[in-house]
This record gives sequence, structure tokens and C-alpha cells, in this order.
Amino acid sequence: MVQSTTPTLTLKDYKSEVKPTWCPGCGDFGVLNATLRSMAALKLPVDQTVVVSGIGCSSRFPHFIRTFGFHSVHGRALPVAQGLKMARPDLTVIAVGGDGDFFSIGVGHLVHAALRNIDITAIVMDNETYGLTKGQTSPTSPHGHKTKSSPYGLLASQFNPVATALSLNVSFVARGYSARPKELAALIEQATLHRGFSFVHVLSPCPTFYNTFDAWDAAVTPLPEDHDPSNRLKALEYALDNEKQYIGVFYREERPTMERVAREVVEPHEFRIEEYIQRYA
Amino acid sequence: MENEVTIRIGGESGEGTISGGDILALASARWGYHVFTFRTFPAEILGGPCMFQVRISDRPVKSMGDYADVLVCLNKEAYDRNIRDLRRGGVLVYDPGDFTPESDDFITYAVPFNELARKEVQLFQTKNMVMLGAIAGLFGPPLEALLQVVESRLSKSRKANPILMEKNRLALDIAYRYVREKIDKRDPYQLGPVEKADRVVLNGNQAVVAGALAAGCGFFAGYPITPASDIMEAMAKELPQVGGTFLQAEDEMAALAAVLGASFGGVRAMTATSGPGFSLMTELIGLASMAELPAVIVDAQRAGPSTGMPTKMEQADLSFALYGGHGDTPRMIVAPANVADCYTLMGLAFNMADRYQMPVIFLTDQSLTARVESVDRSVFRPFTIEGRLEYGKANSNGANGANGASNNGKHETAAALAASFARYAYTASGISPMTIPGPGAIPYSATGLEHNEHGHPDYEPEDHTAMMQKRFRKLETAAQELPQPEPYGDREAEIGLIGWGSTEGAIQEAVDRARAKGYKVASLHLRILSPLPDRAIRDFISSVKTIIVPECNYSGQLANLLGARYGLQPIRVNKFGGIPFTAGEILRAIEEVC
Repeated sequence: MVQSTTPTLTLKDYKSEVKPTWCPGCGDFGVLNATLRSMAALKLPVDQTVVVSGIGCSSRFPHFIRTFGFHSVHGRALPVAQGLKMARPDLTVIAVGGDGDFFSIGVGHLVHAALRNIDITAIVMDNETYGLTKGQTSPTSPHGHKTKSSPYGLLASQFNPVATALSLNVSFVARGYSARPKELAALIEQATLHRGFSFVHVLSPCPTFYNTFDAWDAAVTPLPEDHDPSNRLKALEYALDNEKQYIGVFYREERPTMERVAREVVEPHEFRIEEYIQRYA
Repeated sequence: MENEVTIRIGGESGEGTISGGDILALASARWGYHVFTFRTFPAEILGGPCMFQVRISDRPVKSMGDYADVLVCLNKEAYDRNIRDLRRGGVLVYDPGDFTPESDDFITYAVPFNELARKEVQLFQTKNMVMLGAIAGLFGPPLEALLQVVESRLSKSRKANPILMEKNRLALDIAYRYVREKIDKRDPYQLGPVEKADRVVLNGNQAVVAGALAAGCGFFAGYPITPASDIMEAMAKELPQVGGTFLQAEDEMAALAAVLGASFGGVRAMTATSGPGFSLMTELIGLASMAELPAVIVDAQRAGPSTGMPTKMEQADLSFALYGGHGDTPRMIVAPANVADCYTLMGLAFNMADRYQMPVIFLTDQSLTARVESVDRSVFRPFTIEGRLEYGKANSNGANGANGASNNGKHETAAALAASFARYAYTASGISPMTIPGPGAIPYSATGLEHNEHGHPDYEPEDHTAMMQKRFRKLETAAQELPQPEPYGDREAEIGLIGWGSTEGAIQEAVDRARAKGYKVASLHLRILSPLPDRAIRDFISSVKTIIVPECNYSGQLANLLGARYGLQPIRVNKFGGIPFTAGEILRAIEEVC
């Protein structure tokens, strides 16, 4: 049994025998590396940790990790993860996926995950494109972006994940960059430790269909050291910055989590049908 | 005098028509009678015409009755809408202040409901109590039986107060004395004393909830939809009391996704929905089938297509439940025939989901959700819970030498074991031992991608072929293990009826009446639609000359299924107006064949 008491866990202990299917240079390698590193640092027991995903390049994640995994359908990683955590509060539940999963087909679930504040961690690998289907626009693609599905330039505006999460009052909001895996690992570690719904937006470029490495190398800036993560308004200001892509913990607040509160509303007792049916006598 | 009467109350929603009917049914049942109710709901949220029909008998009742013996009209519109369903020679009870009936085909009793409530009781809201008092005085049950139910209801109500209770009592009493003194009874319906019996009185949705709780359901996620919402509301209230959890999801996709998450965590989980929500769940049903996760999905069928008629009954989701989804997707279907089934088959559905690691669709329908029946209390026994086949646990029958293997504390061994663990092992039964997250469990990844025995993505032609066969093999195993239905009626029958779902009572009553007329008839009722009970169906088909398939849908979905599977060309009897069959309608179909 792998337990949190096992002394020296390393990244390798969390790596499965399945080799990633990603293109060479994919940002998701860095995110996987950072995630494994955070798991080792936290000594998460593999038998009591579940990585849940939807569909997309990044959603292959669970197969590459030795913990339990649930590779579900497009857009539904968050509801699967929330159902699991509601039913099994003893487990560590991490939902992973891409911008398509979280900000397009499954964006509705983000709102409700924020409202419920169930203790799960969401790691969203954003490459501003649809990689698995070969390069169409995503909600996070910039306005005017030309792709096979936007031959005249993207007519819609660009979705701002961190600003949205902040406006939804998600109880932990952070951003990392796949090319800075050490800092990212630290963020994922904090997000996992946070009690409540934690949201980590990760800039994770797609070198094949939309290479944003250079642009993000230039734009990525750590949040100022004096940023107070309890100041949501200030956090929103950083999130709305058009020039810079701030990384770090934008916002954090401890709030009651639904899977706990739901267990405190009444004192449970053993179910007996003979007693229950009496109400219909 | 007949110890059986079918009473229909027609009125306006919101003026106590339905609650009055409920009280009548409950009081009659507590007094010792069998009851069976049928009601319609208005399309409006408040107001609109509605009706409540209750069949009360000293013998077990299987259907709502062909006609009403007694029609109680609370206004003129109720008369216009319902008079065609009153038996010729039946009793019409009306308020002479509202209208004067035109036909001489009925016995008519004039009772001034409005005036009695307004002037005598001096509280117009007691109009439905006035009506109940009149019914008690004319046909039964005794006033005390009604009073008991009214008192216990009011004591639980937010409106509870001694003045209101006193007014209700007064209303019942005034109307009772009014009809006793003023009306010359000329009808044969009088409910006499009957032996007390140990029965409970509840509707289909309430029985589903009782069944789910007794089956150990520990998680429910759902989204409000008529006519399944009361299942969700009851689970929201009850689950926390027994250590379970509840989630009102943001949509039906999230609902089933959350259920699958909980199920992955080893907790028995379910959702309940109706047509439109069920459509949205389709992709997740495919995932459950592919990832081999247990789940129970109640589909309370309503009249479709699209938004259709949310408050009306239809049996038109069978084909969709069977085939809905892309790819070939094994799933199981259970259909309760009555309120007792809503309880007992929930126990079976959860066991099936766990045993075969598959989604189980529980096909009830609007009429059954709201149908109140008196059911022997002995039906509500605890279930034998048969859980999942777990890797390394005593109940595991050892696929790939899995028996007894356990993770022994050294993580090198853990890694090796995890790499060798075949979550989706090919077995003779198709059922592979699984693990559930927790200390000592060997991790695996569930996936909707095609995968090999270890759960790793795999697109090799021979692997996909073998995996498809393995998943479908579970249905073959189940067909061998699950109970087979028994025919009802004449053993030497020439005409056979095959039905499914809530129509069983009407079909069996038609069989009884046809046999009383000398016809050689039997019926077979299917409670499990996937996998089909092959043996019983083949035996039945070969034992009769003609098959009739009555169902409440347009296209004959069971008839189509039987045609495809057994080359059968049955006589189709379809009703699709939103109202269930009466026994008389099915009897006519039998007579047409003879």
C-alpha cells in the first residue's frame, strides 16, 4: 500500500507505464511534470487520489499517472469530479483538461463548481486552440485569429479564464505557465491543499497548431510580491491586464465546502425500510 | 349493493380537487379497501381543469376502471369534460347552483357545494370537505375514516390551526347530514364494512424512493423535470438522514456525470429524469457502458416528442432506452408494472447495475409516478444487496488469477501490481473484477476510449473486437441469471398478449374479463426489456396462435423489438393520447381477434 507515510516518493512513483501521446514540445509535458512533482511533494496516496478529465489532448492526462483516473466525456470533468468528491470526501480529486473542455462545451459547469465550492482542484491547460481536432479556434483564441474554422479571422471576443473565475468568486484562483514547471508545481501543490474549489489556469502552448511560446515567454510576469490574495478587486485588475500574463495566486479564501456541509445538515441514522414505510400506513 | 365503486372528481386545480381525492383514497385504503387512483394534471401552474379518479374495491384492483361509476362535478366545465366517461346509469353529483344536467342517462344528485361551504360552514375553502362529506354520506367510506386522514394531514401542515380543523370537521358533517336528509339514494354503490388489512398507500415515485433507499443508494444527482421531480425532492430530504449525499445538478449531463463520479467511488448512485433530460444523458450512458460503471437512471416517461405533454402518460421511450447512443452500447432496462414493482425492482436494478457493471435504465411513466395504490406492507422487505465483483476480495472469482492478490505495502510491488492489474480482464461471463479507490486498492483509469484489458487506450482491431464481445457477453450472462416472467391466464390460450410497463393491470383485467366470456387468452408481461427474457418469450410465442401487443405509443416499440428479434408480426394495439389503457379497450382488441 502506498501511503502518505512512505518516506521518499519521487516523481517517478506517480508516472504510469503509458507513454504520453502528445507532440514533441507540447506544453502539457511541463504540466504533467509539475503535477507529478506536486503529488510527490504532497505524498498523495495513489490509491486514494483520482485524476478526472474530459476529452482533448490534455485530457489524456489520467492515463499517464499512476493514481486512479477517470477519462470521461467532453466537457464533463467537473461534474464527474464533484459527484465523486460529494460521495467520497476522503479522496483527493483533481480535474484536468483543456480550454475546450472547461471554457466551451463544459463552461456551464465552471459556474456551478464555483457556487458549490466542493473541494476539488481544476487544472486547465490552455493552448488557445483545439489541438486534438487540428487547430480550430477555441474560446480563448484571440479576436481575429485565423484558423481553418475562422478563415476570415475569429469574429468572437477572447474569453478571459482568470477574470471569469474571479468574477465567479472561485475560492482559489491561480495561473501558471508550463514552461515554468517548478513554479507551476508549487501552485498545484497549494491548489491541492486548498480546501474548496481551486482553479489553476495554465498557459500550455501547442507548438503544432498555435505556437504561443515566444509570446508567452514575453508576457508571463509573476504577480507582484506584495499582491494580497484576499483582495479580489486587485486580483481582477491583474487578470484584466491586456499586456501581461500574470502568474501566481490571484485569490484565495477559505469557505465551507459543500461535501462537508452536506454531511452536517442532519444526524444520519441507519436506514430501515420497516420504519420508513410506516409513513404510508 | 356493490362493494366496489369508481369515483371521479372533476374540478379546478387549486380548489382542493386533487387533495380531496387523495384524502378519499387514503381514507378508503385505511378502512381496509384496495384503491387505485388515476389523475390528470392541468398544463397551468396554478388553476386549470383537473380530475382525480379512485377505484375503491374489496378485491385487489389492477386498473383504473373503464368508466366512472360516480362523477362528482365541482363546476360546469368538469361536467363537460368528464361526462362522457361516466358509466350509463352511473351517478352524477353536481351543484345545482352551477348548472342543471341535460341527460336522463344518469342518476343525478344535486348537492349545493358552494352554498353549503359559503353559508353553512362560512369558509369557502372547505368546498372540497363539503364534497367529501357528501361522498361519505352517499357511498362511503365512513365520516370517521375521512376525518382521521384530514386531521393527520392538517396537523402536519403549515396552515395547521384549531379553527381550520373545526371548520373542516363542520364541512364534512354538514354535507354528510345534508345528503342523508335531502337525497333519496337510488344507486347500488355502497361501501360496506370490510376486513382490515395491513397495507400501505403510496404512489409510484414514492415507492421508487423507498426502493432506492432500501437498496443502499448513497448518492443522487438530478435536475428538476416533470414528472420525476418528486423523486429528486424526496432524495434531497432523505439521503442526508441515512448518510448519503445529494446534488441538484446544473443540467442532466452534469447529473449523470456526477452519478458516474460517485459510482467510480464505489457508492451506489442514481438519477431520475424524463424524456428531454434523458435525451441529454445519452452520451453519459455510453460512457457508463464503455467504462463499465454501475448507474441507475430512472426515466419517468411522459408524452413526447420534444417537450411534448409533460403531465401526460406515454410508453414511447423504449426504443430510445434500448438504442439511444452512438456505437453498440450494452445497457439494461427494467420497467415496473405497478407501485409494488417500483419498490422491488429498484432493489433489482441496483443489484443488476453492480453485478454487471452497467447502466440500468428504469422505465416508469407519468401515470405510474402519480398512481396511488394500496400495497401489502409485506412487499416492503429489506433487499439482499449484491455488490460489485471486487478485485482481490472474497467475492472475486479470480479472473487472470486475480483471486487473493493484494497490494502488500511495498510500493515497488504496488507499481508492479498496478501494471499487471487487468481491470477489464476478458472473462467467460464478461464481468471483470474492479477496484474502488481507497487504502490498498490497485489504481486504474476508467475511460470512454476503447481500451485493452488494463484500461489503456487501444485501437487494435482484434482488441476492439474482443472488448465489444466482452461487454456484450455480460448481457448474455444476465439473460441466464435474471428471473423469467410467468404467463398469466389460460394455460391453453390461443390468444396471447405481451406487454410491458404500467399497462399490466389493464391487460390482466382484460384477460380475466375475456376468459369470463369464454375466450382462451393469456398474457406475458416483461419487466426486464434488456436483456430480453428469451426463454419465456419463445415459450409463450410458440404456445399461442395470435399475439397482441398493446402499448401506449404510436410506433409499437415493443412490437418492433419482438418483430426484429423473433420474426414476430403481432397485432398492434396502440394508444397515444396521453391517457393509459382501460381494461375495456384491451378487451375490445381481444374480441376483435376472436
